[in-house]
Amino acid sequence: MGTLELKQSLTGHRGRVWSVCWHPKGANLASCGEDKTIIIYELAGLNWVRKMILTEGHSRTIRELAWSPCGNYIASASFDATTAVWDKKSGQFECNATLEGHENEVKSVGWSISGQLLATCSRDKSVWVWEVNDDEYECAAVINAHTQDVKKVRWHPHEEILASASYDNTVKIFKEDAADSDWSCTATLSSHTSTVWSLSWDKIGNRIATCSDDKTVKIWREYKPGNDMGIATPNNESTWKCICTLSGYHTRTIYDIDWCKITGLLVTACGDDIIRIFKEDTNCDPHQPNFTMICSINSAHAQDVNCVHWNPTIPGQLASASDDSTVKIWLYNE
Amino acid sequence: MSENLENINPKLYKKLDDREITISDQDEDVTDEFDAREIFDIIRNINDPEHPLTLEELNVVEQNLIEVDDKKNTVDVKFTPTIPHCSMATLIGLSIRVQLLRALPSRFKVSVEISPGTHISEAAVNKQLADKERVAAALENSMLVGVINQCLAPKN
Repeated sequence: MGTLELKQSLTGHRGRVWSVCWHPKGANLASCGEDKTIIIYELAGLNWVRKMILTEGHSRTIRELAWSPCGNYIASASFDATTAVWDKKSGQFECNATLEGHENEVKSVGWSISGQLLATCSRDKSVWVWEVNDDEYECAAVINAHTQDVKKVRWHPHEEILASASYDNTVKIFKEDAADSDWSCTATLSSHTSTVWSLSWDKIGNRIATCSDDKTVKIWREYKPGNDMGIATPNNESTWKCICTLSGYHTRTIYDIDWCKITGLLVTACGDDIIRIFKEDTNCDPHQPNFTMICSINSAHAQDVNCVHWNPTIPGQLASASDDSTVKIWLYNE
Repeated sequence: MSENLENINPKLYKKLDDREITISDQDEDVTDEFDAREIFDIIRNINDPEHPLTLEELNVVEQNLIEVDDKKNTVDVKFTPTIPHCSMATLIGLSIRVQLLRALPSRFKVSVEISPGTHISEAAVNKQLADKERVAAALENSMLVGVINQCLAPKN
């Protein structure tokens, strides 16, 4: 068993903290929540300190943040049905674009690896893809594939492929059709028996981990057309199969999951206040892998853990956000 | 109040007597854990959205459908809509949830569900009530909060 060491507890938000996101270089952190503010932290010596508080971008809860791959922009998704894009052209982060169009609460936002595309999803059941051109944001697609509230959007780590998780219990994969530049759903991942709250791609991008209100984590693998396993690929599109289910570990809803691109470790945020870390067994069948829980921190927070995010540059460094109004910084040691 | 009541003539139930105060209840040195009766007292006087009656009088909430584990910080409340197609079920559940969120310490995990087999959309209503993100969004709707506050406001 490894240890997860609490490095720092960051206060400042009033009420529930929904999301926390590392800067792509790992030197800054941003958090948001019920109090409609975004707090940006930076490392000063050994401690993380509050550097900036962004207010007045949204009139309701800020549900999620996403830092652009270049690190110069932050997108924020809000229950006020808009997504704001903040930049620091003036030296300070300022809200210089507001993306409107969703009918209800925006639940999630994410940038593609190129930074040229932005995805948002909403309780209105739709996923929107926005094209970014010189700080202009144009809606490229409105995808109505889900039948319920869409909780999360996450881009593939290297390609312009999008995955979304929904209250309709499924995850869907979307791609642009080169012929008519239409975005469409190419796969539906069905196996969870309740809301899929979040998902995370692995570093290669051929596996996805999902977490759900059904208290399980599932690992899905992509089988491309012509795969060695002889798995059928209708319409010449990849088939995604659930190759592993982690059940019996979580006692309440799992709100978030993050698959570390450096260490390959999986971390989960749960409604039972616990942060758990899982590691893939070595030498297991890639089509039937095993994951072992290597760490579990009881009362990691005083209330539900809503979000967990591995630092993209520092192995083992982790940030978490909770209903208890705090953001915590952790270090995992093997 | 709506013009067309769904359940025109609901059955009325007898109210529970007040809780008896024991000597140990008044002793400041005795740890007083939350129990089902205490949770019941918090929610029994919530008003029905349609009738000028409390949830207790309509038998929507009952003490024996409440489970509390003070040490594990859990409170599970089951409620019974007056009729199986009651369109107010979500609103009633939300009122119970809000009342408990306001009254209980934040350490408690509150679940509010329909008593099994008593509503046609039981699974859908339960899923909605258990989704804290949707509950949070609903509670930012001032019109809805107004309606809930009316249900929660004590009469006289």
